Amino acid sequence: MNNNLQKQLLKRSKAAKLERLGKTVSFLALMLITLTVFAIIIFVASKGLSTFFTNHVNLMDFLTGKNWNPSVTNSKGQPEVGALPMISGSFVVTILSALLATPFAIGTAIFMNEISPHRGAKLLQPVIELLVGIPSVVYGFIGLTVVVPAVRSVFGGSGFGILAGTFVLFVMILPTVTSMSVDALRSVPRYYREAALALGATQWQTIYKVVLRAATPGMLTAIVFGMARAFGEALAVQMVIGNAALMPTSLVSPASTLTSVLTTGIGNTVMGSLQNNALWSLALVLLVMSLIFNLVIRMIGRKGAMSK
Amino acid sequence: MNPKLSNRVAITVLYVIASTIVVILAALLGYIIISGLPALSWHFLTSPARAFTSGGGIGIQLFNSFYLLILTMLISFPIALGAGIYLNEYAKQNWVTSLVRTSIEILSSLPSVVVGLFGFLIFVVQFGFGFSILSGAFALTFFNLPLLTRSIEEALAAVPDEQREGGLALGLSKWETVLHVIVPAALPTILTGVILSAGRIFGEAAALIFTAGQSAPALNFTDWNPFNISSPLNPMRPAETLAVHIWKINSEGIMPDAKAISSGASAVLVISVLGFNLLARFVGHRLFKRLTAG
Amino acid sequence: MQKKRWIECLLLVGLIILGGWAYQTRQVNKANMTITAVGSTALQPLVEAAGEDYSNHHLGTFINVQGGGSGTGLSQVQEGAVDIGNADVFAEEQKGIVASRLQDHRVAVVGITPIVNRSAGINQLTTAQLIAVFTGKVRNWSQVGGKDQKIVILNRAQGSGTRTTFERFGLKGQRSIAAQEQDSSGMVRQIVATTPGAISYVGFSYVNKTIQAVSLNGIQPTNQNVADNQWSIWSYEHMYTGHNPQPLAKKFIQYVQSNAIQNTLVRRLGYISMADMKVTRDGQGKVHQVEANHE
Repeated sequence: MNNNLQKQLLKRSKAAKLERLGKTVSFLALMLITLTVFAIIIFVASKGLSTFFTNHVNLMDFLTGKNWNPSVTNSKGQPEVGALPMISGSFVVTILSALLATPFAIGTAIFMNEISPHRGAKLLQPVIELLVGIPSVVYGFIGLTVVVPAVRSVFGGSGFGILAGTFVLFVMILPTVTSMSVDALRSVPRYYREAALALGATQWQTIYKVVLRAATPGMLTAIVFGMARAFGEALAVQMVIGNAALMPTSLVSPASTLTSVLTTGIGNTVMGSLQNNALWSLALVLLVMSLIFNLVIRMIGRKGAMSK
Repeated sequence: MNPKLSNRVAITVLYVIASTIVVILAALLGYIIISGLPALSWHFLTSPARAFTSGGGIGIQLFNSFYLLILTMLISFPIALGAGIYLNEYAKQNWVTSLVRTSIEILSSLPSVVVGLFGFLIFVVQFGFGFSILSGAFALTFFNLPLLTRSIEEALAAVPDEQREGGLALGLSKWETVLHVIVPAALPTILTGVILSAGRIFGEAAALIFTAGQSAPALNFTDWNPFNISSPLNPMRPAETLAVHIWKINSEGIMPDAKAISSGASAVLVISVLGFNLLARFVGHRLFKRLTAG
Repeated sequence: MQKKRWIECLLLVGLIILGGWAYQTRQVNKANMTITAVGSTALQPLVEAAGEDYSNHHLGTFINVQGGGSGTGLSQVQEGAVDIGNADVFAEEQKGIVASRLQDHRVAVVGITPIVNRSAGINQLTTAQLIAVFTGKVRNWSQVGGKDQKIVILNRAQGSGTRTTFERFGLKGQRSIAAQEQDSSGMVRQIVATTPGAISYVGFSYVNKTIQAVSLNGIQPTNQNVADNQWSIWSYEHMYTGHNPQPLAKKFIQYVQSNAIQNTLVRRLGYISMADMKVTRDGQGKVHQVEANHE
């Protein structure tokens, strides 16, 4: 009897068992995601690096060359795989659209969460959620029929270029950045606001000096995600940016991005050939660049964030 | 500038920003829906597409889109929920966690065509699923997981710590607290994340071209046996979705009414997302009430 | 709680029984009569329509047709991952493909024409002018007899069949300068239609009122002129298989090549039927006259 009681007491309780099970299951889910992420990264890296190891393209030629013609060999007997036009195109268009979208997105998020939560929830949020579902090809077509002619008549040129790409991307990343910023603002505890208001701060002072600072890391993540989306976006950008592998000389001259060249070319090349590998190298550059973006934003975030 | 004045200025500016956004977004939605409305009819919504004559519909594509969405959500939601819970509730703040977070964020910047090709080589060719809804659902899961995990994690983080303390104080284990207190409390925000990612799935084309395929064989809507090739429920059949269809007729469509079909299909897409949105909100509201006894 | 468990169990058992029943009553004959064709998006509508037709006539077969581009089609059929690879180019022209491992089946001919924006005021050019435009020696339409408008060049993606054919036969092997690129005919047509001064090239079936087709050296881009090679910018549509294709793949390709398809679908989709061609052309670009009633 005594023994039995001891056993019962020493046995893990049902709750503890459940706890362990739950923790394991959720850990496994996370590991599954991590594994797939690494699988994809390794996959892209192995394909992308073979340009340099199998086809012996010089890395510096790839990163600084300005001619992109993988099926043509240049005077040195090397294939022309200069990715600089695409790298700079991607970079410029992503930065510009993020710069344009950030104030709008954060402003809207503040409006939705702090100033008029009722209207925010009833009107803005559904609209924003709707926008995410519009396929990029539709964005591209609207860009083609509305944005490009507008840019052409206002700024001259053919209308295709970084500027048109920026406008389209701005609208495309707006929903992502806004809704994630709203989440960030929402996760600021209510007593922060109450405390600030109780100290006699105006609403704007509360927002600016307390809420925004507390929400900085979350907002930065939102911007990173927005930039990531801008980076990875292909179909819509490709239709309005002109998709020409030329160095961007002005905001209205045709340019290209890593993704647009990747998407246009990938179906027309044969797996394992140099042309195909060179496109995978572009994907790899994309990964590395988004990694760098990520780290930079994280560093800024660490500096700006309040310690909790 | 005194605080009161700057307060007023700032709030006015915020109003202006918010209304600008509303105007832009409303104009965009209006443009899509108005240019698509003339094409809409019962016939358009239910009949199969035609390759080169006018009068085709989008019935099969519409069904495929919904079916694919449901399958993808069934696969990806539990994984994302588990990962989100672990990241927010259990993970220690160390370099491993931040490595995992960074890699998830990087994944979301991959162009969907890369995810699609990865899915093609792995699921379609390697695992032998062929061009099928199942391959498409797996590829979309890859594509969907980063954003969904991230938003679930954010949603959980937004639940005040008092709720956790309350749960633990009642003698619940951590897991039970998470399951019965935190997740229900975070449900509305989680739902927003789900809706957002559902919208993205609905509108995604590039990742599906190489996985779920871009042809929509005729379906027999009286045959619901999932093992038959013409059954709508068969997950192993190739299935062109609405977004892929829009992409396809815009790029190579030679039917005379391609433009009308494309704008009609875009409008249907937007309206479906709207409908899905409303439904999810309604269900979420009911669920929230039941789970929190509110 | 106990009751709920019970219901759950019942549901599970029910589902399993239902699944088993569905498995038992599935249509078995369909299981192994499927072939997959992947590749050229330009050829996809034809193969798809022919495939549906074929399935209707041969119950229990299923032809799965997907796009993905000529490169994908050729590499996948070379790998053996699919039964048929659709391509707009000869396998010899595609880098990374060992053409001797594949068997070529030509199913249609497509003519390609330069197109310009209507406001450029151009409806004919000489080959020399066309080359000058695409190599950047001429930058304004007024230099070749059009209005004073800057020339905007629009290419198909590198490696696309249309571009390969156009550069080979339209530009006599010269390469276009780096310029805008799009990866589909529909997009190219849309952009040319809306951009002043734009020039590009598409297959005949994409020509419509929104753009201006250009005649070259006084020859109109028509099917008749392609048939006797007066208009030399044309290419075959190929369906490649391995050397030992599945019987169904073989039969299906024969069906596509038969008169039943060549005289109906092929023409309705804007291709030129193989039967109409008075010449043949090989992978090296050599042209041979076809004897009457030879094909």
